Amino acid sequence: MLSIKNLQAGIDDKQILKGINLEVNAGEVHAIMGPNGSGKSSLASVLAGRETYEVTGGEVYFDGKNLLDMPVEDRAREGLFLAFQYPVEIPGVSNINFLRTALNEIRAYRQQPPIDAKEFLRLTKEKQQLVEFDAKLVNRSLNEGFSGGEKKRNEIFQLAMLEPKLAILDETDSGLDIDALRVVSNGVNKLRSDKNAFIVITHYQRLLEYIVPDFVHVLYNGRIVKSGTKELALELEERGYDWIKEPAYSNS
Amino acid sequence: MIITTSLYDQLSALYADKETAANEGFSRLRAAAFDSFSANGFPTAKNEEWRFTPVAPFLKEAYHFQPAADAVSDGGMADLSALDAYEVVLNNGAPGKLPSIPGVKISALRDVLNSPAPQAYLGQSISLSQSSFAALNTALFSDGLLIEVEKNTVVDKPVLITHAYNAAWPFFAQPRLLVVAHRSSKLEFIERYVVDGQQALFVNSVTECFVAENARVDQYNLQVTPPNFHLVNFTQVSQRADSLYNNHTYTLPGASLVRNNLHLDLQASNTESHLYGLYLAGGRQLVDNHTLVNHANPHCFSNELYKGVLADAARAVFNGKIMVQLDAQKTNAFQQNNNMLLSDKAVVDSKPQLEIFADDVKCSHGSTLGSFDESSLFYLKARGIGESSARNMLVKAFAFDVTRQMPLAAVRDCVEALITEKMESLYEPA
Repeated sequence: MLSIKNLQAGIDDKQILKGINLEVNAGEVHAIMGPNGSGKSSLASVLAGRETYEVTGGEVYFDGKNLLDMPVEDRAREGLFLAFQYPVEIPGVSNINFLRTALNEIRAYRQQPPIDAKEFLRLTKEKQQLVEFDAKLVNRSLNEGFSGGEKKRNEIFQLAMLEPKLAILDETDSGLDIDALRVVSNGVNKLRSDKNAFIVITHYQRLLEYIVPDFVHVLYNGRIVKSGTKELALELEERGYDWIKEPAYSNS
Repeated sequence: MIITTSLYDQLSALYADKETAANEGFSRLRAAAFDSFSANGFPTAKNEEWRFTPVAPFLKEAYHFQPAADAVSDGGMADLSALDAYEVVLNNGAPGKLPSIPGVKISALRDVLNSPAPQAYLGQSISLSQSSFAALNTALFSDGLLIEVEKNTVVDKPVLITHAYNAAWPFFAQPRLLVVAHRSSKLEFIERYVVDGQQALFVNSVTECFVAENARVDQYNLQVTPPNFHLVNFTQVSQRADSLYNNHTYTLPGASLVRNNLHLDLQASNTESHLYGLYLAGGRQLVDNHTLVNHANPHCFSNELYKGVLADAARAVFNGKIMVQLDAQKTNAFQQNNNMLLSDKAVVDSKPQLEIFADDVKCSHGSTLGSFDESSLFYLKARGIGESSARNMLVKAFAFDVTRQMPLAAVRDCVEALITEKMESLYEPA
């Protein structure tokens, strides 16, 4: 589904991603871990198309299409979803109108007619229950005045509504208390299927007790320095990141 | 400047005619007003209050003081057919058929100049030396509207005032509105403009609004007009104790010059005032909002929110002055002006001015100027929303933050529809 080969990117002259290789297939959950500043969120941003990053090398194919050639909105329309680490507050744009617009633009791209009002309402109710998202928040301005946990839940609600092929969760667990973490993880687990895939970026092993990954990768200094299964996450929890860093130095 | 002088000469001749014909009780006020206008003339860039707003280019037409044509009102661009209201049409400044409203005296000003309300209130609250245009209007207005709400009367429907203009040649109009809301009364009124024809129109209007003890007045001004329309509008509000006054001023693309002066005089304690404004300007429009809130007494609350969206080579001026006099302790006064620029050529001059002499007050002001918020744009696009829809959403969200303050749903819907429609023509994808 997603094929990343030797991806290099940075901001201005600062190189941040220094050759990432990653293959993600349908039905898989990949966790990306790593210390602060290793490039985890940069990878998410580059895949979603954030303009502040400049791609300097490598390639990314998404379902056979060159992802890096697409504008941000087309990546989303092709089925890529980024759950933001810091969801933006947009006063005056209602959550529900925002979702309807997004859904219809995605449908138009796929040459489908706009969703009818009744069906949209039904879908909203269903997904809102699925991810335990407060109905009151659905009609409010987008993320305006939401708590940290509410914002993250809203990301998962949007994820449920838009049904992407590939979802990248960028530190969705950071700053969540255990109840919010449980709600968010349950939502993700309910949405997992053999047709979609997840890349879960996290700083903490705790999340992976709830969303059990098929693969764990450790990102350090702009490269994936170690890959393994969920046991790797436990080892990282126990030993920290220092032992991972050593080989990276000797390689470079 | 020679032509401007000729306009000045014409005005002097007009005043001399009026003086000889006058049998009304206002000759002293008119004389003082004309003296004031003569002394100051039309404002130039040297006048601090007009620094960014040159009016001379708009005064160069060979203006007449009679329209020589009839105005036809078809509602114009602001469609308020959904609004259940008492309607009055001012044809080139002169009221047509007047509605009958229980508890309200509504009259053509020319018919009632010698009656008690105009005698007691007209021209009483305006500082003539500070405003040349208002002085000129005071000296020369010949007609307009009086709305006087009796005490304890809650006017059941809003009053919709349509200013309809159409002239056979360049026309200089000076309409006058006098609104008196007596004790514990409530009035909502809406003004809108309907302009026909291509002739240059210069409208120098003055509204005086007296809000007595415990009364409430909501005023809406919808300025959606074509480029041949030039408006200098002066609104003077006087509030007595425990009163509430709300103003909603909307300027949409069209008129080449709009200058709104809104002065609030808080003459007693425990008043509340809300001033909301939105200007959406394109082309080479110049939209200037000057507001003054004068806190002269304790325990008054005022809140002001003005927002602007500018495209093309439009220019906007916001000047918001808040005076808190020595006696005005426990004042709460807030002011916010936010501007969004959609083009490199658009210009905004935003000037908050707070003068505080009391020492136990809460006051704040803020002024911002920006373009699109990149992180908001990215967020919307990352959900599959295209560049131009995303930008439209953000501009609307910015503007609707003001429109949602309008309690009259029919007016709010009308304005929001107009904003949506006008934005399509303003917006150029990056």
